Order: sequence, then structure tokens, then C-alpha cells
Amino acid sequence: MTHEPATAAGQGIVIEIGGIPIQVRSESPEFLRMLEERYSGFLNCEAHPVFEFDVELVQPRRISEEDDVVVSFDSGRWLIERGDFRAEWEPETRRGKIIQSANPYSIDSVLRIVHTLVLAREGGLLVHAASAVRNGKAFLFAGVSEAGKTTLSRLAPGDVTLLTDEISYLRRDGGRDGGRDGNGYAAYGTPFAGELARAGENVKAPLAALYLLRKGTENTIEPVRANDAARMLLENVLFFACDPNLVGMVFDAACELVQHVPVYRLTFFPDARVWELIG
Amino acid sequence: MRSVYISRATAVAARSLDGEMMIMSAKDSTLFTLNPVGTIIWQSADGKMPLAEIVKQKICVEFDADPAEALKDAELFVSDLASHGILVMSDSPIAQPELHSKTVTRGS
Repeated sequence: MTHEPATAAGQGIVIEIGGIPIQVRSESPEFLRMLEERYSGFLNCEAHPVFEFDVELVQPRRISEEDDVVVSFDSGRWLIERGDFRAEWEPETRRGKIIQSANPYSIDSVLRIVHTLVLAREGGLLVHAASAVRNGKAFLFAGVSEAGKTTLSRLAPGDVTLLTDEISYLRRDGGRDGGRDGNGYAAYGTPFAGELARAGENVKAPLAALYLLRKGTENTIEPVRANDAARMLLENVLFFACDPNLVGMVFDAACELVQHVPVYRLTFFPDARVWELIG
Repeated sequence: MRSVYISRATAVAARSLDGEMMIMSAKDSTLFTLNPVGTIIWQSADGKMPLAEIVKQKICVEFDADPAEALKDAELFVSDLASHGILVMSDSPIAQPELHSKTVTRGS
């Protein structure tokens, strides 16, 4: 993956997350510079963008009546809206438009949602989980708020590469190095940070295991049955669209993943010793 | 007594994982997990066999249950699933399209 600066401000930048390059264009050089800084480890000016978004900046105001994110599909286009933004995206033309104020958070939400829609069709997932690479293998640590994702990330020793402390990115990747260990899934670094407030490293590695996090008084690892694993994984999957076909695909993707990837309950006491059990 | 026929709704995704049927409503993403009795009823919900026959031929044989009591429980169960849009109930046979359903087992 390349980490070079993007094109000059005033035109567009290409943000590549999970191996999917998306071009973002704006008339505002300042806005593009802000995005270049935010996504600095995920810019790839050499990549041919899979999707293109034009951002129309408006004064800060309520843009949509929706408080929560609403994602719907109508007449060949996705409509994604929340109080602070409104986005349209046509999968067929691969182009879209975002209306928002000059802030990095609205487009960050749009990018997450677009990635969930893309991944749903190919058996991948965005998961509320920290993830990290150790000894060439990726490990996922899923859990709701306060489960310990950021705590575990902070405790990671120096030989661990953090992919994210908040939103993990999984793709089916059986054909290349992601499939070396036979699971057929790869975890990618993301710029979607949690309390750690630090983007992950833009690398990928074959997924070796999924841990379901729980804080406790000692460090233990227990296998989890596939049905329980699927149920708990689904609780942590990011997906917003009210689209029956895609909901079914996400369900299938979660069931497939727990069939192929070992899943464990990781109960941990929050100190560095927990990492002795990982990798 | 009227016959009740049941059919699996089409807007659902279902999988049997480690012998437990998991069903997700594709409309609102609600996840249901069925116990072994519920799983047999779900798998038998072909729209052709009356619920009373499913209970008699499959539930009572498998679980050595009292037929009247088992039928009463089954009727409550299918009514509940129908209220969530997971099953379709009718007093006549229901034509049912082929469903996408997989069985998955994994030792762990």
C-alpha cells in the first residue's frame, strides 16, 4: 500500500481503506487539506478510484431532519442522511455527492456507511472491534462500549501493530496473502479511531482469531460455539441500511465468518499480561 | 377444529449453527434463536403439512410429549413468530418459494 500525498488541494484526494480507493472532490482546498491530514496514512494518489464523491460544503446547519443515520435505496441510488449531512450515491455510475459543513466527522460517517454497503455484497464486515497484527497474523477484539477495546489497544506491546481501536475492517481474501492461514479473511487497518484518537496502521494481515472481549479479574480464553459466536458478532456488526437483501447478506457473512475463523471469549484483567495470551 | 398451515416467510435469513436455528428478519434485523422444538417446527413449515400433523409426527415422536399440550405450545410459538413476520400462518395450504437456508456446524 502506498502512503504518498494525494493530489493537490482544490481538486480531489483518494482515500483507500480496506483496499477500496474512493475519490473525494471539493472546491475547498482547506477542506481537502483537513481530509489529507485526517486520512494521511490512507491516501493513495496512484490508485484508480472505485467510487467518486463530490462534497458540497454549506454553512453549519441542520441539513436533514433525521437524528440517527438513515440509509435507504431508491431509484438506483443510495440516500444516506443524518442531521449534519446528506449523501447520495449511485452504485451503477459509481458517483455520489455529499452535502455537509466543513468538518471531518460527517464525511467520516459517510465513508463508513459506504464501506458497509460495499462489504455486505462480498461477505466482508465492519465490526465494532479493535484489531491488531502480531507475528504476521491479525486478531480481532470485539465488544460494545466499555468492553475493553481501547484498553487492550493501549496495553499492546511494541511488537504489535494496531489496525484500529474501534472499527475493524474484514474482507474475504482467500486468494492472496490474506488466505495463507486457510481462514480466507483479512483484517485491514482503518482510520476510524475510538477513544485512542489515533488512526490505525494502513496494513493488512490474515485473520487468525476473533476474541469477544469482557473485563474480569483474571485472563482467560474460552472457545465459543458457532451459534453464540454468530449472535455476539452480529451484535457488533456495523450496518445501517434497511435493505432486506443486504441484511440477509450481512447475516450470512457473520455466519460464514464464525464457521471459518476461531472465536474465543477473552476475559481479561486490564494490564499488559493479557497480551501474553495473544499471537 | 380448523387446521393451521405454516410457511417460512421469505424476508428472512436462516442458518442452523451447531444444531441451533438462527433466523434474522431481513426487514428489521431482529435475530431469533430457536430451541430444538422450535427448530423442528421451523424446518417443517413447508406450507403443506398442518401444524397438528407436524406436532404429532415429529415433535411428539422426538420428545415424547403429550400431543394436546405440545400442540397448544406449538400454536403459541407459531403465533409469536408470525407476529414478527418470521412465519406465515393460514387455514389452508400455502405455496412456498424455495428458501435460502444453510446448515453449518463447527466444533469449537
